[in-house]
Amino acid sequence: MDVFIQQLINGLTLGSIYGLIAIGYTMVFGIIGMVNFAHGDVFMVSSFIALICFLLVTTVLGITSIFLALAIVLVVAMFFTSLTNWAIERVAYRPLRGSFRLAPMISAIGMSIFLANFVQVSQGPRNKPVPPMVTDVIVLMDNNGYQVTLAWKQVIIMAVTAVLLMGFWYLVQKTSLGRAQRAVEQDRKMAALLGINVDHTISLTFVIGAALAAVAGVMYLMYYGVAHFADGFVPGVKAFTAAVLGGIGSLPGAVLGGLLIGLIEVFWSAYFSIEYKDVAAFSILAITLIFMPQGLLGRPEVEKV
Amino acid sequence: MSDTRTAAPAPTAAPAGGAEPMLAVRGVKTFYGNIMALKGVDVDVHRGEIVTLIGSNGAGKSTLMMTIFGQPRAREGQIVYDGRDITKMPTHEIAHLKIAQSPEGRRIFPRMTVFENLQMGASVDGFGHFDEDLLKVFDLFPRLKERINQRGGTLSGGEQQMLAIGRALMSRPRLLMLDEPSLGLAPLIVKQIFDAIRELNRAEGLTVFLVEQNAFHALKLAHRGYVLVNGLVTMTGAGRELLERPEVRAAYLEGGKH
Repeated sequence: MDVFIQQLINGLTLGSIYGLIAIGYTMVFGIIGMVNFAHGDVFMVSSFIALICFLLVTTVLGITSIFLALAIVLVVAMFFTSLTNWAIERVAYRPLRGSFRLAPMISAIGMSIFLANFVQVSQGPRNKPVPPMVTDVIVLMDNNGYQVTLAWKQVIIMAVTAVLLMGFWYLVQKTSLGRAQRAVEQDRKMAALLGINVDHTISLTFVIGAALAAVAGVMYLMYYGVAHFADGFVPGVKAFTAAVLGGIGSLPGAVLGGLLIGLIEVFWSAYFSIEYKDVAAFSILAITLIFMPQGLLGRPEVEKV
Repeated sequence: MSDTRTAAPAPTAAPAGGAEPMLAVRGVKTFYGNIMALKGVDVDVHRGEIVTLIGSNGAGKSTLMMTIFGQPRAREGQIVYDGRDITKMPTHEIAHLKIAQSPEGRRIFPRMTVFENLQMGASVDGFGHFDEDLLKVFDLFPRLKERINQRGGTLSGGEQQMLAIGRALMSRPRLLMLDEPSLGLAPLIVKQIFDAIRELNRAEGLTVFLVEQNAFHALKLAHRGYVLVNGLVTMTGAGRELLERPEVRAAYLEGGKH
């Protein structure tokens, strides 16, 4: 039981990070029908931006309050990651709009390789560590020496994710920007007929997706304490799996899928074999695609016309 | 074009029609791939007029409506609105000139509620008159009020048609373009809609460009009409006058060609 609770906490933490990344996949797919293979690398870039910013804030500015430092890092990382993704869409995807369906996806794979290599060359191929940011731990249970703990950094990850998702939900459901975003997703031509600038709206989608990926990047850096140029790929593909499991195109589905993938991975590691945790996660991708291609909360392909 | 026959000048036309039309379509050619759908179309809509374009399926009526919005773009010719050449203007900017369209197939946002669909219509107007306009639309189509929180995709065809027209009206258009507003509606509701168009035109001077297969109602309502056949305007004249012409009666009114 205590192992179960501990793994539940760990799984939800990891799942929050996957969920934040998954939203970027699902939104972009929803609006332009493209799997953005570079999204995982955008997430990786954001953790490097966070790392650099964190070191600057703590050494150059000499800020000692870790929460203030984290808040600054979060805002800066969201800003620069969004800018990066905006530029990527502008140079790599927009010129290919109206081309054949696979063209932007191939471009995205190229962009993914470019980002990983750029970071490898400019930041070096080794793990980049940061000093531990938040180390306090709450002991929830002590069962003959096996402690069930809830780390403060886990609390931060879950709380920040929950708050941002609520803000994000409000943006998409209740504001005119979000309404324009959904309109373009549902009928691009009609949205234009009603005065919506489709190109801006698509850019906005990349910006929002990147901002959420940046939150995930900051949290990832804080949780594991390292950034690495190849760390975009596996978390990226897992977040993509999460988006597919939840039903690609569905925003609540992306969050649900993220949490499930996080839990599956962590429980598999704890009860079966940690070496095969990635196999477990990707088996879910295969199983979903074969037996339930619309995912848990996705809509079936056919729609009443 | 050589086979365009112009009827005598329309006596009832253009209550406020100045010399320069509000919308002028000049020699427009539109292609789908290599197929020419519009073969050089000329249409004028003057301020305060109701103009209708009739023709059978596949004549290019809806293509003309969409070409005015640049979807698809005219490959040749010119479209002038309010003295501005809009032939190459981006679609969303054309909408900001206060031209609204209720398009072919209605194109309701299926996963948005009726209310959200109407909000989308108001986006070019900046929501300054939202509540007032909403009441007007509900006045016109009380059915929409009952369905306000229902998703667009779950409405019946007739309700979607009402929503598409309501959405177009929410933008406070200066030129209202309606593509087959009578399609899929019960005769009583068609009458309601045509009465509403007439009333908007009379009371507010709204300019209306109407595409219809229902030629009888459309020509009775319109000040002027155009007949489109295979991507070419073959006849033009006052609405009631076209209604009298034997060719029009045979082809579009008495179960002739289609």
